[in-house]
Amino acid sequence: MIELFAQLGGWGMQALTRLGRAHLLLLPLLRGGLDILRRPRLLVDQLFSVGVLTILIIAVAGLFVGMVLGLQGYYILSRFGGETALGLMVAASLVRELGPVLTALLFAGRAGSALTAEIGLMKATEQLSGLEMMAVNPQYRILAPRFFAGIVSVPLLAALFSMLGVMGGWMVGGGMLGVDKAAFWNGMQGGIDFHEDIVNGVIKSVVFGVVCTWIAIFQGYDCVPTSEGVSRATTRTVVHSSLAVLGLDFVLTAMMFS
Amino acid sequence: MNKSRQIEIWVGLFMAIGFVALFFLAMQVSNLGTAYTGDTFRVTARFDNIGGLKVKARVTIAGVEVGQVTEIHYDPDDFRAVVEMGLQSQYLNRIPDDSFAKILTAGLLGEQYVGLDPGGSEDTLADGSEISVTQSALVLEEVVGQFIFGKGQEGKQ
Repeated sequence: MIELFAQLGGWGMQALTRLGRAHLLLLPLLRGGLDILRRPRLLVDQLFSVGVLTILIIAVAGLFVGMVLGLQGYYILSRFGGETALGLMVAASLVRELGPVLTALLFAGRAGSALTAEIGLMKATEQLSGLEMMAVNPQYRILAPRFFAGIVSVPLLAALFSMLGVMGGWMVGGGMLGVDKAAFWNGMQGGIDFHEDIVNGVIKSVVFGVVCTWIAIFQGYDCVPTSEGVSRATTRTVVHSSLAVLGLDFVLTAMMFS
Repeated sequence: MNKSRQIEIWVGLFMAIGFVALFFLAMQVSNLGTAYTGDTFRVTARFDNIGGLKVKARVTIAGVEVGQVTEIHYDPDDFRAVVEMGLQSQYLNRIPDDSFAKILTAGLLGEQYVGLDPGGSEDTLADGSEISVTQSALVLEEVVGQFIFGKGQEGKQ
């Protein structure tokens, strides 16, 4: 019985110290932002591997999510004779929720796991120690550019997701199902407010970008430097990022749209 | 073309696509592209019941948007709702002052908006003037209540 409590306590302490280490890492990450101003090349390279390589999955997912929304929305709305609200429904759900959240989930799976594996392997093969031996701070040189590349990429990817989703919804609603073009776009423009919806959606995706990249980098940097440790860290990145995004999304929504 | 140049081009393209998407969302999807940002003049109207009218609702004449509801408050002195509207200044001194303000609903389940029916007066609405002839929003429960009451009266006779 006592053993059980001891285990629980040990587990809790471990989780707390890990959380503490993650926050301690945040300071050098932000401080490393100054180094990026001196060497923008580092950021550009990371923007390529974190952002550009994620475009394809985001674009395809956005298009199909929008098309499905158009189809499902049409079936339900047409029962009440409300097809004209299709544009508003597709755009509102994409801009407010699906764009930022699905982008962050896909980003965690596609780019976050890659970041963790890369940094973890660098640690396992002692490349990070090697950099330190050469008096180069790996936190500034390796971690910070990846962190900022993630923060820049996620909002742009989320905007791309939402745009393609709206277009997918329009393709299905306007092209296949014959919803009136003016009603589709006017309903959308009438119901979506720039500050209320678009700006809040962008703020959400910035927060998700920070959280996802931070978790990925921390898990990689903090992993046990063995092949098993790297694989576990990669799994943890995806699980923790997804849970954090979904939980934070509720909190942010409650704060923004109440 | 070397590798690093290619990366630069791709990253530039990525940033451009992202900002185009943001611009598209702002101008094409939200009300920023269609919102009237010019000068407005203020007109008020008093309604017995505004139903579900909200601030930022449309104000239309003949179905065309000419302004927005800017403020709604309750006047405890005459127990009515005061609706302030900002009309686009191009219509200043162009709308007769005996115009009829109604609260209408777009479709069966749509949002409510203010419709102005122009009257025949020579005088026109200026900044700060009040529309005196108004019609309240249609509240479904009241209509149903009246219908049931009417049926009851018929039954007595």
